[in-house]
Amino acid sequence: MRYLLTHLDDAWALTLIHLRLSLIPVVIGLAIAVPLGALVQRATVLRRLTTVTASIVFTIPSLALFVVLPLIIPTRILDEANVIIALTLYTAALLVRAVPEALDAVPAPVRDAATAVGYRPFTRVLKVELPLSIPVLVAGLRVVAVTNISMVAVGSVIGIGGLGTWFTEGYQANKSDQIVAGILAIFVLAIVIDTLIMLAGRWLTPWIRAGGSARGTALVQGEA
Amino acid sequence: MNFLQQALSYIFSADNWGGTAGLAARIGEHLQYTVVAVVVSALIAIPIGLIVGHTGRGTFVVVTGVNALRALPTLGVLLLGVLLWGLGLVPPTVALMLLGIPPLLAGTYAGIANVDRAVVDAARSMGMTEARVLLRVEVPNALPLILGGLRTATLQVVATATVAAYASLGGLGRYLIDGIKVRQFHIALVGALMVTALALVLDAVLAAAVWASAPGSGRLRRMPQPLLDDEVIIDAGAATRMRRTCAPGRQRGDPSLTVDR
Repeated sequence: MRYLLTHLDDAWALTLIHLRLSLIPVVIGLAIAVPLGALVQRATVLRRLTTVTASIVFTIPSLALFVVLPLIIPTRILDEANVIIALTLYTAALLVRAVPEALDAVPAPVRDAATAVGYRPFTRVLKVELPLSIPVLVAGLRVVAVTNISMVAVGSVIGIGGLGTWFTEGYQANKSDQIVAGILAIFVLAIVIDTLIMLAGRWLTPWIRAGGSARGTALVQGEA
Repeated sequence: MNFLQQALSYIFSADNWGGTAGLAARIGEHLQYTVVAVVVSALIAIPIGLIVGHTGRGTFVVVTGVNALRALPTLGVLLLGVLLWGLGLVPPTVALMLLGIPPLLAGTYAGIANVDRAVVDAARSMGMTEARVLLRVEVPNALPLILGGLRTATLQVVATATVAAYASLGGLGRYLIDGIKVRQFHIALVGALMVTALALVLDAVLAAAVWASAPGSGRLRRMPQPLLDDEVIIDAGAATRMRRTCAPGRQRGDPSLTVDR
């Protein structure tokens, strides 16, 4: 605890690196997964292919991927780019499976209603179906953001920066105080990011807060 | 591709497999850390998940606890554990439990809580005690999600057991971490490839278990579902509710299918 308070400047600098390494992948991964997931939703074969590929990518241990990536793409080993690319792959792999399922969950009457009032398929996906799948996306984003923050810390054993360096330094110098400070800092960071994503999700889905989902359900049942 | 050739020739020469620091022994250690951590996680997470899922009480605690556990960094807990308790099996087990408990708890809870209420009510109205309702009706129906949680937990633990090597313990991480330390990157690559292979094999075995556990004949039509869905389900209650109410063919007011047919 004392270590954290006396090293606030270091903590801030390391936090910035940590955030850069763990959250840039979340943004890029989301930007890849949403269009891809929406595109393959209706194409059965492509969708199965995407799902299987994503599962295999997700199975590769991230620490291993940090080391293997420089062989596949022209980056140097122990480069920050490896971490960002590896974590982007994980984020995209997790979300690309969630997107089609979230779109499947949009009630058929809602989809029909949107078509009936004149939405074309593209605008309907963009303006009706994707907003309705925000809760699933937010749930996936929360898991992936917190996991990435933890993964970047693990990366410090192979020399990647961020708050994880306090673990390796503290361990080598036999200073448990420094390790505790690192645990605290990462824990707080993860909780803050998790809460921010959750709040953003609520802000983007005002109809759920207003009890709209219950009304929507009643409507669907009434029609059917 | 030079590193890759070196790494593959290292893996495929028999000399490197024997002995106390050979590949076979390292795989054994790696599996030992994984199995111990997953078993202890299951012993803690599954009973809690069963109780919370069955009673519906403490859902908030489970969701918060899962998020909090996941936010704790594995590496920090491992290294702190080594400084406090010394080397041994305790620090890696405790650290890896942080990864093992969340998916198991989320999977068990979501599995039990999502069992069709009509089925549970039917069991209760036939005079089953609460314990029997839980063990004979809810658990079999929830088994795919529980095993799905086990699959995610195992995968995360086996991938991260690599860090045990940093705390002077064994496992396949030895190759990864020693290789980087002495700048012999092909050795690091051996570790990375072996961990990946181990993870893929374990995942395939558990995926088959999940598939086989699906009740009824529906499994023949379904492929094993991907990972982490259980955790997404637990948070995205809105979406699952939406999906359930819109299940095609049957509405809540309809007469029971078993009576009709």
